[in-house]
Amino acid sequence: MNETLYPISVEVNGVLRTAPVPARLTLVDWLREELRLTGTHVGCEHGICGACSIMLDGEPVRSCLMYAVQADGHRVTTVEGLAQPDGSLSVLQDSFCDLHALQCGYCTPGILIAAQGLLDATAHPTDEQIREAIGGNLCRCTGYQQIVDAVKHAAARLAEDPLSPRGRGTG
Amino acid sequence: MTIHPHPRPSPIEGEGSSFRYIGKKRRTKEDPRFVMGRGRFVADIALPGMKHVALVASPYPSARILSIRTEAALAVPGVHYVLTGEEFCAATESLAIGVDTPQVTRYALAKDVVRYAGEWVAAVVADTRAIAEDAVELIEVDYEPTPHVIDPEQAVAAGSPLVHPAHGSNILFHRRFVWGPVEQAFARAEHQLALRVRWGRSATVPIETFGVAAQWDPGQQMLDVWASIQMPKYPDQTARALRLPGNAVRVHYDVDVGGSFGVKRGIKHTVLVGYLARRLGMPVRLIEDRLENMRGGDAHGPDRIFDMQVAFDRDGTLRALKIRALDDVGAYAGRAPLQLGKPVSAICGPYRVAAVEYEPTSVMTNKTPQEAVRGFGQSPTNFALERALDHVARHLGMDRIELRRRNLIRKDEFPYRIPSGSSYDSGDYHTVLDKALAAIDYPALVAERDAARRAGRLGGIGISTCLEPSGGNSAFEPLFNPKNDTTTWMEACLVRVDLSGAITGVMNTSSSGQGHESLVSTVIGEVLERDPAGIRVVRADSLSALPSNSPVGSRMAIMLGGAAAGAARKIKEALIEIAAHNLGCTTETIEYQDGNVAVRGHPGQRLTWDELVAIAHRKYHQMPAGLEPGLQAKFVWEVPTGGALPTADGVIQIYPCYAFETHIVYVEIDPQTAKPSLRKYVCGHDCGVMINPDIVHGMTYGGIAHGIGAALYEKFAFSDDGQLESGTFMDYLIPSAMEIPAIAIVDHCTPSPLTTFGQKGSGEAGYLGAPAAVANAINDALAPLGATIETLPITQDALWHVINAAGTDH
Amino acid sequence: MKAAAFDYVRAGSVAEACELLRQDGDAIKLIAGGQSLVPMMAMRLARPSRLIDINEIAALKFVAPDPDAIRIGACTRQCVLERDDALAVRVPLLRQALAWVGHIQTRNRGTLGGSLAHADPAAELPLAAQVLGARMMLRSTSGMRCVPASDFFAGPLATAIEPHECLEEVHWPVWPERRTGSAFIEVSRRHGDFAIVAAAAQIAVDDDGRCIRASFGLGGGGQTPLAFPGLAAHLLGTRLDATVVQSVAQDAAIELDPGNDLHASAGYRKHLAAVLAARALRAAFDQTKDKQ
Repeated sequence: MNETLYPISVEVNGVLRTAPVPARLTLVDWLREELRLTGTHVGCEHGICGACSIMLDGEPVRSCLMYAVQADGHRVTTVEGLAQPDGSLSVLQDSFCDLHALQCGYCTPGILIAAQGLLDATAHPTDEQIREAIGGNLCRCTGYQQIVDAVKHAAARLAEDPLSPRGRGTG
Repeated sequence: MTIHPHPRPSPIEGEGSSFRYIGKKRRTKEDPRFVMGRGRFVADIALPGMKHVALVASPYPSARILSIRTEAALAVPGVHYVLTGEEFCAATESLAIGVDTPQVTRYALAKDVVRYAGEWVAAVVADTRAIAEDAVELIEVDYEPTPHVIDPEQAVAAGSPLVHPAHGSNILFHRRFVWGPVEQAFARAEHQLALRVRWGRSATVPIETFGVAAQWDPGQQMLDVWASIQMPKYPDQTARALRLPGNAVRVHYDVDVGGSFGVKRGIKHTVLVGYLARRLGMPVRLIEDRLENMRGGDAHGPDRIFDMQVAFDRDGTLRALKIRALDDVGAYAGRAPLQLGKPVSAICGPYRVAAVEYEPTSVMTNKTPQEAVRGFGQSPTNFALERALDHVARHLGMDRIELRRRNLIRKDEFPYRIPSGSSYDSGDYHTVLDKALAAIDYPALVAERDAARRAGRLGGIGISTCLEPSGGNSAFEPLFNPKNDTTTWMEACLVRVDLSGAITGVMNTSSSGQGHESLVSTVIGEVLERDPAGIRVVRADSLSALPSNSPVGSRMAIMLGGAAAGAARKIKEALIEIAAHNLGCTTETIEYQDGNVAVRGHPGQRLTWDELVAIAHRKYHQMPAGLEPGLQAKFVWEVPTGGALPTADGVIQIYPCYAFETHIVYVEIDPQTAKPSLRKYVCGHDCGVMINPDIVHGMTYGGIAHGIGAALYEKFAFSDDGQLESGTFMDYLIPSAMEIPAIAIVDHCTPSPLTTFGQKGSGEAGYLGAPAAVANAINDALAPLGATIETLPITQDALWHVINAAGTDH
Repeated sequence: MKAAAFDYVRAGSVAEACELLRQDGDAIKLIAGGQSLVPMMAMRLARPSRLIDINEIAALKFVAPDPDAIRIGACTRQCVLERDDALAVRVPLLRQALAWVGHIQTRNRGTLGGSLAHADPAAELPLAAQVLGARMMLRSTSGMRCVPASDFFAGPLATAIEPHECLEEVHWPVWPERRTGSAFIEVSRRHGDFAIVAAAAQIAVDDDGRCIRASFGLGGGGQTPLAFPGLAAHLLGTRLDATVVQSVAQDAAIELDPGNDLHASAGYRKHLAAVLAARALRAAFDQTKDKQ
């Protein structure tokens, strides 16, 4: 079967990407296989594990539950777009390293997206709010404790630095 | 029984505070690439011209395959090949099994019969995974269903359908071990009780499924393999099954593995993909989708019924144990039966028990096969032991903590040899218990529970005191299969200092989140007194690797740490030799500090690190005789206390080092909704010297979360007609951050006398004691109702049935 | 888990979507948030030949207050509704229900209409719609028709929507009584999972604290979310004392015929139904006390 290809134009991490894609190609597969942005991961393909989380127009969503065609005209941020404009780690990413909030790294990009979404909206999240924000991201390595600690740590650092309210890139 | 002395790195003395790098808070080497999204997992690797595999799976738990029609699938544009068992099983060898059952063969694809729903029957190779799945739907398989067996107790009974008729029964392994005067102890004991507990089938279910890519190079006659792998002897078994010489398979260990905790033993996937890559002359990749993974990935965990008998005196002294364990490994077996053997290394837990009888039975049913799960059977065994302890306490009307105190091995009794032959190296169980009790403020917790009870809530406190055998001496292999006389459980490391003076450590296996690069760089830095931040750790491939047994059995801190230290020490000795030769003195008068050297008492007579490196690499005229040029050293060593075979009675030293953990957890069950809520959680943990505390703590938190999952949420549930009912993440319930409580870990350090720095293993920490503690907490909550639950996972529905039956419905 | 191939068209308006549906209604599906549809397609349980994407139709995304109802466009994202404070004042049950819907990622993409049209018997928004008597406005090339919630949910994953129709907007009645309270309570296995049983209630009382209007319902206990208008009538004139609440809740549970599944037996579901109905009624009543 020759599948029809649909042209899409998506801003990914601040860069406009255009491509013809088959309708059934999911957003996560397009990002990974076509754009080679392999930081976003596939864990279940049915919308539960959250490893595929990206930001769509600034809000965390599951990219395994969208088709790439649906992203036409929209703005996507992946883990690769979280770093500061000069390439250094965002405050959140740096806190993850400081507090060892990851082990195998597979769920980490999705968790960073979800946590960054929380920090973008809430200046002083409680532990409960942090757990709820990452409640749609499953991790088998960490037991979530050091993740919660790292997000809290990042929030505190961001609150201290008025010049960098989000502490991350504009992707 | 002769134990041959073998070279091991001499202990490097120093309590936690006197180490420079070991035991200190330190960022890991691994974290930066993962937070950037720059990990290199197998699905990230794109080989030019790579093709993709999808599988046809059996819908029946047991059936004859009458025919397979592939024409329609082959006609789909983009499909390159359809492989069935007919071709595949003739061209490859059956996969290895851990016990002596040659009639129980196993291949990636079924031939003539299918033995479980989800078993792979055909493999489609296509340009994309989507096209391969399109083609899978067009393959027509004619099945003739045959009788199946799902329940393990039925499977051992006479008249049961046989999963492998050629084997003659469904029993893969059975033996009754008697260590010590068991019957006598039972006869003399003042009390005895019996109980049955069930450990439900769950597994580690990492978020990354198993994946493998392979490429055959006809010019070099070599198969390159990249995989999400955590498996001893993986290249060897791959080569053997593909009928290739061992040096025709090159496994790339520099692939990041997205979690494993034991299960990523995708040997069947690898043989399948390796065969296809060679057969088709194109790179081939199989990444399990989640459905394939859950049902056909052969990565389920222990599925075990324990019948326990305990003999004890009225003062609570445990006299003897009888443990019967029936474990359902599913339709095929790799190492799964051996998961009944590892617990022999700590068969009586942390308690002083003089006599133990252990009767394990490994049985097959028409279910998805089982694979190694974190702890390799120790967690289910700890669960059974800890439930038994609580039953004893209840029987005597004794406090559960007091009962444990009386029976825990005391710190002055180490090394302590248990009846099955293993010697516990060191421990201070009472102190760890005290620390945990203090950390949770136990008296206040009891008051909180009692207040909850008065207010009509079901509050319960659970305690567990458990061991984590570590070091990976897999002596249970010859124990369960005398024909397998393997006693070598080794690890290795190569350290090199290059011309610029930079240090590189080379390890010989893959990692799945344990922080091995951080471990090795910290150890090398400690020995050479050089900053670990500048030390790089890389991985060899299987053809250039030194012998390794993979990260299993909580062994890497001990074994890889020891190997890295051993190699680093050789480098240090070489540097000191070069220094002595160039400074005109003996090696004994050289003082080594931070990589620089000076003659003792003559600080002006010195050489820097860079100068020493230059001599080693470039100035042969300044080298002492007999020292090889360059600056590199390897260290390969056998596990401490290893190298022996079991006696005829099945007595054997298994793992060398024993870490200890105690869990105290507070749960409240809403009596009306039967929903449990974990409110407080403290874990006291002693794994000797921690090389990187953040890494150890992280794995312990993770192990506890995993254990909570096994205790309350996770189950591979099978219907009576053999269908997996929890084959997606909608039904197999992995706990999220909302289900896992805040956890506090309290550390204690009782160093091991057997290891380089006093470290013990800890990769399984948390998982080994959490299910026991949670089960005990739930049962404590139910105690006022006179009810118990002895089956994991403890679901809300099961709790409701128990609460309802006890008649406290509102 | 790759979906079977399909054609894709992005509808620019509801009229265009309806025209496309009319052409070949059975093999075509509308896609909104995709939180329920895409997993089914990944598992090849759903295999539409064509997807009509209505996510980009601005006219389907709105929250418009009328005097006695709030009209909400079918493609309004759940997160938008969750954050709408004015909506939370006039239809408080919606925010309460939304707190239980999946996770943040679900609500950032999922839509009101998508959840209602998917009609999972254990889903939260269908239950809220049932309890409040929401009115679904269904558009086709023939025009618009209104289907009240009581007629809308036909069975598990089945609604009154005809193959050529598109759910365009949902009207949520606003209770005029000065003292109103509502509650949404759910028991699930994990946070964010579908409910084993969910209960929703809304109560209005007079100045003496006596109930003058009541509505409650249960989800997860049957083929569709269920409201109990007859039983709710027993609450009128009372102050929802424990006895009458218990009696009404238990009578509601008796009417249920839930199934057994992996996560809960029928017996447990019926038990939970009585417990949660009572708790929801009680909590809704307690809320009315605040608005003195």
